[in-house]
Amino acid sequence: MSGKLLYDLKSVSKTFVKGKEKITIFDKLDMSIAEGDFLAIMGPSGSGKTTLLNMLGGVDQPTGGEVFFNNSRVDTLSEGQLARWRANNIGFIFQFYNLMPMLNAARNVELPLLLTKLSSSQRKKSVETALKLVGLSDRATHMTSEMSGGQQQRVAIARAIVSDPKLLLCDEPTGDLDRKTADEILSMLQLLNRKFGKTIVMVTHDAAAAAYAKRTLHLDKGVFVEKDLAA
Amino acid sequence: MTSIFSQILTVMMMNIRSLPQRFWMSFSATLAISVVVAVLLSFLSMSKGFEKTLEGAGSENTAIVTRSGSKSELNSVLSNDIVNIITAAPGIAHNAAGQPIYSPELFVIVDGIRRSSKLKANLPMRGISSVGFELRSNVEIAEGRMFEAGKNEIIVGKAAQREFAGFDVGTEVRFGKTIWTVVGLFSTGGSAFESELWADTRTVQSQFRRGNSFQTVRVLLETPGDVQGMVDLVKQDPRLVLDIQTEAEFFSEQGEALSGLVSIGWALSIIMSLGALAGALNTMYTSVSDREREIATLRAIGFSNISAFFGTLVESIVLSILGGFIGAIASYLFMNGRTTATMGGNFTQVGFSFEMSPELFQDGIYLALIIGLVGGIFPAWRAARLPVILAFRGGV
Ligand SMILES: Nc1ncnc2c1ncn2[C@@H]1O[C@H](COP(=O)(O)OP(=O)(O)OP(=O)(O)O)[C@@H](O)[C@H]1O
Ligand SMILES: [Mg+2]
Repeated sequence: MSGKLLYDLKSVSKTFVKGKEKITIFDKLDMSIAEGDFLAIMGPSGSGKTTLLNMLGGVDQPTGGEVFFNNSRVDTLSEGQLARWRANNIGFIFQFYNLMPMLNAARNVELPLLLTKLSSSQRKKSVETALKLVGLSDRATHMTSEMSGGQQQRVAIARAIVSDPKLLLCDEPTGDLDRKTADEILSMLQLLNRKFGKTIVMVTHDAAAAAYAKRTLHLDKGVFVEKDLAA
Repeated sequence: MTSIFSQILTVMMMNIRSLPQRFWMSFSATLAISVVVAVLLSFLSMSKGFEKTLEGAGSENTAIVTRSGSKSELNSVLSNDIVNIITAAPGIAHNAAGQPIYSPELFVIVDGIRRSSKLKANLPMRGISSVGFELRSNVEIAEGRMFEAGKNEIIVGKAAQREFAGFDVGTEVRFGKTIWTVVGLFSTGGSAFESELWADTRTVQSQFRRGNSFQTVRVLLETPGDVQGMVDLVKQDPRLVLDIQTEAEFFSEQGEALSGLVSIGWALSIIMSLGALAGALNTMYTSVSDREREIATLRAIGFSNISAFFGTLVESIVLSILGGFIGAIASYLFMNGRTTATMGGNFTQVGFSFEMSPELFQDGIYLALIIGLVGGIFPAWRAARLPVILAFRGGV
């Protein structure tokens, strides 16, 4: 691993309590992610991929251990602090795009900028830049509900990068797309990683998708095995 | 701070834009609130108008004498002898000639035809003398002239003429076997007396076969509000089985019948408010669950839960205030200045106007606001507490 350390998970545990039953997903997991990495996380259904991604994104809290981001602890932040931290550092890309159906593409992309001090003309410029990057400049005023899955995911990527976060967290970003469209989206992520230096953590079921990443971790029963891509 | 504001604004705008998805539900919640407000305001404006009518009628300067326990003028009977005894009581004002100033009156019921319903209704007719005129403030002949003593002539109160057909000046009216001519129209500044017909006391006595008896006596008091002299006399003299009240007291008792109606109005409004509240809660909970994924996504992006809370609350308040305005405007259009008649304590019709004031309008909006606040606050709380991981759940 090269570069500056972005994430450091130390002895992280996660237990769900369902009625009387206790389900332990992770037991003292260690993990680190360097700045500039493009990491794919694979594993069978129920192995805890989404749970891990949620803990990285601060939308779910570990029940034990420590999560460091840029050398400062984030798992102990309050909900409000976490929201601000996410706004400043993370862009999310979801399997089902999670766009706001009553807003047009530009308005959707603008959402994270509403959390900043930018003026409306500055916001407009940033939105244009982001939409251009994903190749949707001509669709700015279209309603996202009338777009194809691939276009919607590109709007979602534009929304994730518009405030220029260090890190993109993607949960099955191509899970709902056909092969060709998936490849376009993955190339775009690769470009964002290589050319724009975004650190990307991507959860996927799809080995072909994982091939776009720099490295892949296989999660099984709460532990992972780092495998060589060629293997 | 500006960020929080723009967050709330965005969530609010998204909620409002997604309203068409829940159009019928939101519409019916809004409508329910407007109905509640309209009902409340109708009752309140009615009581306000009635209060105003009775307020104008009662005076502290005059006392009214009725047979004990009769409760209303209609049920009271006073013989000529009794009238002579009680009007000699201390505390009654005297004229220059040294005579006590009093007005013995008759109060009978005749039939009138309501203009609105074309149905028969009770109409009070008062036998009165010129002293009776002086004992009431603001009596004015608005049209025509006074009746003449000894003739079958009546003058008609403005409210009575407004409510009942066939009382134009110059026309003849028939009560039982007797025929009367309407010779004038009078006003008393909007008080309950305007709902009456007036004629000469003696003529009413003979035409309605009352012999030498009366029903009530009104006396002018030496000291306003002081009826003690008369009350003492009633206590001493066993022949006097009488109630003595100032006219103001007398009318406020009459008004109590209606205050019961106003309580019913409030009770009805509150019960209906609970119904409207249930509707608002249901609508807002649906709104939140419709937008669960969107709210969670915004939270993942970094929006605060305060914005989720206020966005939802504001949606509820906007809907309910809209309902409140619709209800208030509807009741204003239908009720304000509308005149109606209700049973006074005499089982006769007292005509009065609905009074819709800006304060009542405000009351209506406040009621709507309370429904909107309570109906929005719990769903808004749920919106604020939604787990952010919902954004990552599969399925749409
Ligand atoms: N809120 C929760 N309460 C209880 N159990 C949960 C909760 N969230 C997840 N789990 C359980 O934790 C385990 C891991 O879930 P997770 O969603 O992380 O798996 P995954 O690897 O993302 O699976 P998939 O590939 O199907 O998306 C599952 O057994 C799931 O049932
Ligand atoms: Mg998952």
